[in-house]
Amino acid sequence: MEDNSRSKNRREFIQSGMRLSLALALGSVSGLALSKVVKDEYVWQIDPFECTQCGRCATECVMTPSAVKCVHAYDLCGYCDLCGGYFKPDANQLSTAAENQLCPTAAIERRFIEEPYFEYIINEDLCIGCAKCVEGCTAFGNGSLHLQIIHDICLNCNECAIARVCPSNAIKRVKAENSYLIKGDFSKEQES
Amino acid sequence: MIKKMKLIFFLFTVFYLFSTGISAQQQRFPKPEFESGYEQPSTITPEPRALALEYFDVLVLLVVLSLATWLALKKRSRQGILWLSVFTLIYFGFYRNGCICSIGAIQNVTLSFADPGYAISLTALLFFILPLAFTLFFGRTFCAGACPLGAIQDLVIFKPLSLPKWLNKTLGIIPYIYLSLAVLFAATGTDFIICRYDPFVGIFRMDAKFHMVVLGISFLLMGMFVARPYCRFFCPYGVLLSWMSRFSRWHLTITPARCIQCKLCTNSCPFDAIDFPTNEKEVVKSGLGPKKFLTYALLIPLWMIMGIFAGERSHTWLSKANQDVYLAELLISNPEMKNDPDNIDVQTFLASGKTMETLVQEAEVIRRKFYFGSMIAGGFIGLVVGMTLLNTVVFRKRQDFEPHKGNCVSCGRCMDYCPVEK
Ligand code: SF4
Ligand code: SF4
Ligand code: SF4
Ligand code: SF4
Repeated sequence: MEDNSRSKNRREFIQSGMRLSLALALGSVSGLALSKVVKDEYVWQIDPFECTQCGRCATECVMTPSAVKCVHAYDLCGYCDLCGGYFKPDANQLSTAAENQLCPTAAIERRFIEEPYFEYIINEDLCIGCAKCVEGCTAFGNGSLHLQIIHDICLNCNECAIARVCPSNAIKRVKAENSYLIKGDFSKEQES
Repeated sequence: MIKKMKLIFFLFTVFYLFSTGISAQQQRFPKPEFESGYEQPSTITPEPRALALEYFDVLVLLVVLSLATWLALKKRSRQGILWLSVFTLIYFGFYRNGCICSIGAIQNVTLSFADPGYAISLTALLFFILPLAFTLFFGRTFCAGACPLGAIQDLVIFKPLSLPKWLNKTLGIIPYIYLSLAVLFAATGTDFIICRYDPFVGIFRMDAKFHMVVLGISFLLMGMFVARPYCRFFCPYGVLLSWMSRFSRWHLTITPARCIQCKLCTNSCPFDAIDFPTNEKEVVKSGLGPKKFLTYALLIPLWMIMGIFAGERSHTWLSKANQDVYLAELLISNPEMKNDPDNIDVQTFLASGKTMETLVQEAEVIRRKFYFGSMIAGGFIGLVVGMTLLNTVVFRKRQDFEPHKGNCVSCGRCMDYCPVEK
């Protein structure tokens, strides 16, 4: 009996010792992480100056259709009649006919404002984030059309499935309080 | 008209080719001054989920954890735990889409140590710490009531089979391997494999790639007969939890008072987590003794060396999971890939103006990290294998039927079988 209680005591001693060291380990891990913790949440966002319009945003997002959509930075737009984002390079008419449009889902609305200016508005419900218009606008226009992750659709995955495969590493974690990198407000210089 | 357009496009193309060096921000066409009183719309930017709601999630976790602990240890109610896990499944699973989760938070913690540019958010850190802290005091009540992955598996248990001990132990090594790989990949900034291969997240979101849905469903089907297969044989967080639980201060007990050895609970645990009283005569017969213990203990360093060696061997292969390393390898071994217009990664790299040397240098830095990381991971796995073997020859005196503190997930099923009154 005496032997029994002694071994029981020993076992309890080891137990509490281990418990203490585990608690210390847990404490120091959290302490170290805490030393640079941020109060704000992170969200994922595309840096429009890094994006090379590869088209993966449309296919790699865990959401279908993608949480990535085209946004229009109106400040930068030239309101061109011949919009590089709206028309196919080989369009045979500057009309809203579907065969002239670059967008596969006809998500861009073209509206006449005054001679010779046109306004372009993205219909987010139709946009699939394929970046075709972005490519056109960046190549031929001002680059006012660009992709962004739209946060009321994005699930804010722990690791963005697109970020992992983005060939130009354009998708970054940003603080939730500045959750969009809209061209014009956000510029290349600011970041460095 | 058409001709004119073509010409304009041609000019643009030429212009573009010449101007690629210049910042893309440059305004080619100045913004017009409108005369018709046109008002420019503003760009729509819906806000992300409010921060307050993220903290609310932490609060929910805390409440659910406390409730699960109280139900398992004090109230001793399997029914209560069952309903709590239904709530968890609905809230953390279907409503919160299985993200944020404590299991994945391992990677955020790792990354915050490995990458000076990344700071973990407080909510992610709390999701990592709180369940571990609770487990250190009360056992794995997190698994019982607060984990959506555990909950979905627990609810589909239909006819659990008892697995032989050796199989349980062998499969039990997989989570350690998974954990090591997850930490290795997160620390090298390669991938978050726990999130990527989370089998149930596709079910929670009701939307995922086909193979992930198949994986999730097969886990659930398997889970009807092998209870909680992910928890027991894959979950990397379960490794940490079982360490904590093994030395927990308090833990769920099968009997509310004293075990009367009625054996009624022997088959009650679907996870083979009940340890039976030891029979000393059998132990003597089986030859478990100090000699065997010593041999197995001495074998541990050997296992570790083997692990380190295996890690060293496999680091090249593992590092290919990293995009940069993969690209560098590809371009070195197949330089002709540079002319493949369909390879987006190669074309983007070529267009970026980065030199091959920089790419190779970057890849080498990452590979070095993999070199050390894989050896550490290998050594760790070797240690685990050695310890598992050692544990099979350690003899612990046990008089009663008790839950195995490391493996028991505090689900409370066995309590209902115990006839002893309080
Ligand atoms: S994956 Fe990257 S480069 Fe490709 S479209 Fe998306 S942000 Fe742009
Ligand atoms: S072209 Fe693609 S990215 Fe642009 S609006 Fe259409 S669907 Fe969206
Ligand atoms: S974080 Fe997830 S939902 Fe959001 S854009 Fe990336 S993959 Fe899509
Ligand atoms: S409480 Fe533990 S020992 Fe009891 S049935 Fe559940 S997992 Fe098994």
